[in-house]
Amino acid sequence: MRMAETNEAGLIARILGGEKELFHELIRPYERMVYLTVFSILKNEADAEDGAQVAVISAYRHLSSFRGDAKFSTWLTTIAINEGRKRLRKAKSAAEDSIDVEVEGHEGDYSPAPLTDWREVPLEALERKELREALRGAVAELPGIYRQVFTLRDLEELNVEETARALGITANVVKVRLHRARILLQKRLVPFLKTTAPARRGFFGRAL
Amino acid sequence: MKLECKHVWEHISEYIDNSVDAKLREEIERHLEHCEICSAILDSTRNILILTADDRTFELPVGYSKRLHERLAKELESSKENSDDK
Repeated sequence: MRMAETNEAGLIARILGGEKELFHELIRPYERMVYLTVFSILKNEADAEDGAQVAVISAYRHLSSFRGDAKFSTWLTTIAINEGRKRLRKAKSAAEDSIDVEVEGHEGDYSPAPLTDWREVPLEALERKELREALRGAVAELPGIYRQVFTLRDLEELNVEETARALGITANVVKVRLHRARILLQKRLVPFLKTTAPARRGFFGRAL
Repeated sequence: MKLECKHVWEHISEYIDNSVDAKLREEIERHLEHCEICSAILDSTRNILILTADDRTFELPVGYSKRLHERLAKELESSKENSDDK
């Protein structure tokens, strides 16, 4: 990691010094992250792809304003989030609901779904294509504020502080939203697993 | 003190992230030892996270990288021209 960061700082210095072509190399490890970040906001492949391209170009144009105090990945994520939000606002300007009013309430049930047979679902079950599809669908259906935190934390594996910084929220709000996102996904996927898992031996008959 | 299931659920996300304090961690672990329901919830949630981190779950559009670098190349080209003009 440290090695990668040093290399990155060197690359950035060289790009700013005129070796512009190196920007391709700088951005390559983060292509996936940029796309998924924009997608988590827009939920549409074509829009997310165009938004990701614009975010990358914007990062290139503003590279000289990057300060080494944040990680490049966090800085880039912030640009991707801003690009996604800008597009979302534009798309929603005609619609009645605004992203600004989307905050977590205290209402709602954020208890996980109890299940007694998960442990019997073999690891190979996680290889099933349908399960991956179900998870994609469940993530797409999460309220935006939860999906964005979940994407940064569990998909892109940013830490709590980086996620908070990128989204402009506190670390505590990150934790609350992440918890709710995970519980909502757990609830959504449990019935799916129950209906597609192989026959059970018994209620508590899991193998240890 | 004996933890109730609901109390464990409230901390399940932080427990997975290893960000609960030592005392609470110990209490949760003691609870998990005898509670099948909470153990299964914990396992299922963890498995969802494993699945999420699997690159095959959230795929990029085919050709995304190629198109991105092509557009970027155009941008680099035009910024080069601009700086040459100066």
